[in-house]
Parts: sequence; structure tokens; C-alpha cells
Amino acid sequence: MGQITLSQVRKSFGEVHVIPGVDLTIEDGEFVVFVGPSGCGKSTLLRLIAGLEDTTSGIIAIDGKDATALPPAKRGLAMVFQSYALYPHMSVRKNIAFPLKMAGMSESEQATRVERAAKVLNLTSYLDRRPGQLSGGQRQRVAIGRAIVREPAAFLFDEPLSNLDAALRVGMRQEITELHQSLKTTMVYVTHDQVEAMTMADKIVVLNAGRIEQVGSPLELYRAPVNQFVAGFIGSPKMNFIEGAEAKKHGASTIGIRPEHIEIVEDGPWTGTVGLAEHLGSDTFLRVTVDGIGTLTVRANGEIDRHRNDRITLAPQTDKIHRFDKDGRSMK
Amino acid sequence: MATKASRAAARMMISPAVILLFAWMIVPLGMTLYFSVLRYNLLTPGANPFVGWENYYWFLTDPSFSAAMVNTLVLVGGVLLITVIGGILFALLLDRPMFGQGVIRIMVIAPFFVMPTVSALVWKNMFMNPVNGIFGRIATGLGFQPVDFFGQIPLASIIIIVAWQWLPFATLILLTALQSLDQEQLEAAEMDGANWTSRFWYIMLPHLARAITVVILIQTIFLLSVFAEILVTTNGGPGTASTTVTYLVYVSSLLQYDVGIGSAGGVVAVILANIVAIFLMRMIGKNLDA
Ligand SMILES: Nc1ncnc2c1ncn2[C@@H]1O[C@H](COP(=O)(O)OP(=O)(O)O)[C@@H](O)[C@H]1O
Ligand SMILES: [Mg+2]
Repeated sequence: MGQITLSQVRKSFGEVHVIPGVDLTIEDGEFVVFVGPSGCGKSTLLRLIAGLEDTTSGIIAIDGKDATALPPAKRGLAMVFQSYALYPHMSVRKNIAFPLKMAGMSESEQATRVERAAKVLNLTSYLDRRPGQLSGGQRQRVAIGRAIVREPAAFLFDEPLSNLDAALRVGMRQEITELHQSLKTTMVYVTHDQVEAMTMADKIVVLNAGRIEQVGSPLELYRAPVNQFVAGFIGSPKMNFIEGAEAKKHGASTIGIRPEHIEIVEDGPWTGTVGLAEHLGSDTFLRVTVDGIGTLTVRANGEIDRHRNDRITLAPQTDKIHRFDKDGRSMK
Repeated sequence: MATKASRAAARMMISPAVILLFAWMIVPLGMTLYFSVLRYNLLTPGANPFVGWENYYWFLTDPSFSAAMVNTLVLVGGVLLITVIGGILFALLLDRPMFGQGVIRIMVIAPFFVMPTVSALVWKNMFMNPVNGIFGRIATGLGFQPVDFFGQIPLASIIIIVAWQWLPFATLILLTALQSLDQEQLEAAEMDGANWTSRFWYIMLPHLARAITVVILIQTIFLLSVFAEILVTTNGGPGTASTTVTYLVYVSSLLQYDVGIGSAGGVVAVILANIVAIFLMRMIGKNLDA
């Protein structure tokens, strides 16, 4: 079991109100991702759940029981830190066994559990090495191993992939997702990378300045962002925002259209000049300066043959236009 | 950096410093070795004939010598024990945020700035004097017999004084080491269910191992040559109760005016120091690797 409920949780460091008040329910077995720009309070929120920080006010309940005042060890949660926080003077085996040893488990039970975790994570041949002798990806796995041996009610991850190189990150992303599918344990995952959020989450929580902007499945957030912040944050490349006369035509203060929802056509409402063209092979991203509107990013076919200073005509898919009022809220 | 020419140039450029340092060490050592094989007593001037191992024989068979050996080891061991344990406790205390931290840190470090002679005199006259010292006054005030520190427990008293002087050094090194411990490691251990004692034992202490090694090695070198504290408090007495090897060398050469035996004692002290150093490096030096 691993249901976590936050009600009116607030956190201040002195005069700085980092978390002004959060209500959230994380269901048992869910993979929840907290995503938001750097410094928005994701780590703080995760540390509040872990018990590493005290709440200023509000209630944190785990499986329906009030855990607000419980010390971290009593909450039955395991955490994987951004720096991995492995114990450098212990072997991998001892690192993974440490929580079991602290729980007073017998040596033989410890050994079986460590072996099992090592097998799941492909660490068996590294068990007698020190963390300093491992690569980044292996250290990451040890940190995860140390978390899974305890069979916690939920896992907390704080930007676990940000110290890995791009290729390894994609691999570990899949491994963590698969781990979740096989363990079916609640996971709370913090990242500033919306691609990680979109690819891994059952449920995404978008945070901005300590407030929850929107909670929903990846596609819900993509299709129906509640405000301009979420619209701009989710999706890559970013949504284009257009203000002024063009927005007025749609009865909004700002309109948004994603790069993949603009088509290059023979005859359309917008005409512009191609600036930068990024050919990725599978896609081409064009930066187009549209007359009377401004610069838009357009996603086109990968093998399209358009270059700098070409004149092109564009047409937005009208049903995919998002409208925002002057406060940035979505209009329906 | 690694071409032949650059290495030769590097060697040439550091050679003046190396030669100077080498001479600095080898000239006094050579003279000590030379004197140690001569009969050279300032009370009987005249010829200083070569006598071979005789001086060594007299120094080593002197009944004071074995006492001095034991005293030296007890002094070094006792001070190390107090400063390392005390240093860890102070470091743990100073590491946590508290009111007036800056002032307290400076106060803890202060004894290090006091000259050994001065601090020994302060301890002797203001603390440990059975009549006027604070400890004596307290004991008398509570109706106990005051302890005559330098009469009854001379070596322990000197250990206390020397430990007081070296505690700041140990505290400083250990505090710096403690502050370099990654906080996330402690938090991870907390999540793993380790209470404070386990966190100290399994995380902090192993992290401090290297710093403790440094403290032990450096202090041992200096503690083997403790002298001023003995001279101004007990003069090595009563009897030989607080005579160390260093002090015995002083007694032989300057109180008994026998430069030959004193030099032999000096050489013995150097050899002993090296044995201790090798022993220590074997035992705890591996903490310095990696
Ligand atoms: N211990 C602390 N004391 C004071 N301010 C803090 C502390 N921890 C975090 N903050 C502040 O809280 C804000 C959110 O931090 P954090 O949760 O680490 O952000 P994120 O993980 O989303 O990048 C930041 O502005 C940070 O400066
Ligand atoms: Mg963070």
C-alpha cells in the first residue's frame, strides 16, 4: 500500500514561503511526476513527503494515517537522491544491505534480499566494489537497489537522471518505468524535464512557484492545459503564443498553437520567411517570421526541403488553437 | 609536463631548495652522530677520545631510560586519546547551528595560540596548585583533601595540560572534515532507518577516518618532543615519574654536562620516533589512500 495525501501543506523557510499551500492525492501504485522549472519547490515538496523537512502547517497522510510528525524512517518510504548519496566507504553489497541491517534483519535474509535486488538491477558482478569504482549509471542502480530492498510503501525520486549523459538517461528512464510496472509500487518522481514527465508518468503534477498549476495524465495536460504556464511547459518544442490582432480575431487575449499543429500549405492565412531550419532527420523544426504576427516554431516533415529566407505559407489547425484570457487562463 | 627536457628543468629548479633542506637536516644529525661516539663531558675538558658505543650503552642501561620510554608512550597515547575523542565531541557540537557560534569557535581554538611555557605555567599556578589553584580551592570548599597534581599524579597532570593545548588542533581538523560530509548521505541514512548513533558509527566516523589519521600522525610527531611543559612544571619528577625520552636527553646533556651521552640519547630518540612513525603508517596509513 502506498497512498499519500497532502492537505493544505505549507512550507516556509523564514520569510520565504516556498510552498504556499498544496492539496494532492497520490493513489496507491501510481507513477506521479512533479515537474516544474528549477527552484519551484519540487524537491522541497518531495522532502516534506519524505519527512526530511517539517511542514510549516498542513497534514501529510500515508495510507490514511497522519504521518506529518513521523520521522523519515517510520514513514516506510524510500528515496533516491540526485547525488545518489551512496555510502562511499561501504561496498555495493553493504550499501544495499544498509537499510536491512538498520531494520535488524538477519544476515541470511539480508543476503537473499540483496542478491535478489542485484539480479533485478544487473548489479550481481559489482557487489564487492566500492561506489567510487562504478560508473554513473551503475551508481544510480545501486541507489535504486538500496531503495527497493526495503520493499517500501512508495519510492521518492529526486531528479535521479540529471547527472547522467543523454543516452544513459533514455535507458534508465525505461528501466525505471519497467521497474514500476513489475513492482506496482507508488512512485513519486521529481524532474524539471518535461520529456521525462511525459514519457514516464501516469499522472503529472505541474508546479510553479510552489503552487500546483494542474494535475492530470500526460495527454490531458497536452490537450487541455488549464493555463498558459502549463501550455508552455508541456510539449516540445514549446507552444507558440500569439498576442494582438490575431488573438483578438479568436476573441482571446493570447492564443497558443503547438508547432506540430501548424501546416505548410500552398494557400493559407499566414505568410512568412524561414529563419533557422533544424533538420533532425525524423522532423524538421523551422523558425518562421510570420508577417504581422511574429516568430513561430513550426514542425514539418523530416525531409522537407526548406531553407533560410524561403517564403512559405502556413495554416494552423483551427481546432487545435488554445485561447487564453488576459490572466493566462484557458478559455473554453 | 612529462617530456624529458621539462623534467630535467624541473629538477634543476627545485634543487636549491632540496639541497638547502637536506643540509638543514643532515648537518645537525651528522654532528649529533659524531658527538655520540665521543667521550665529551663539559666538566672534564680536554681531549674528546673516540669511545664507540659506550655512550649508547650508558644511556640505554640507565634505569631512567626504561621509565622514560614508558612515560613517553603513556604521554603520547594519553594525549592522543583525549584529543581525538574530545576533538570529535567538540566537532560534533560546533557543527550544529547554535547561538554565538562564531565566538565559541574562536574560543575553542584559542588555546592553540598560547605558548606551551605560558600555558603550562598558567595550569601550574592557577589551576593545579593545591593551595591557590582553582581545583584545590574547589576541593577544599567541598571539604575534600586537595590533590597535589604535580606531586601525586605528575604524568597525568602533564597529559592534561598538553591535551588542552592540542585539543583545538584536533577539533579544527575534525570539524572541517565533518563539514565536508555530504548532507544527503546523512539524510539517506536517516531514510534507511539509522538513528543518530548508527549514523555516527556507520557514516560520520568512517568519513572522519582520514582526518583522524592526520591528527594522530601530526600530533605524534610533536608530542614525542614535548619538553617545555615538563620543564616548567615537574622537572621530570618526582624521581623519574614524568621524565620522557626528550627530557632525559636534556638531563644528560645539559644537567649532567655530558654531551656524548646526550647526543647518543638524541640519536636513540630519532630512531624511536622513526619506529613509531613506521608503525603508525603501517597501522593507519592505509586510511590516507584513495
Ligand atoms: N533549506 C532551505 N533554506 C532556505 N531556502 C530554501 C531551502 N531549501 C530550498 N529553499 C528555497 O526553496 C525554493 C525551492 O527549492 P527546491 O525545492 O530545491 O526547488 P526545485 O527542486 O524545484 O529546483 C528555492 O527558491 C530555494 O532557494
Ligand atoms: Mg531540486
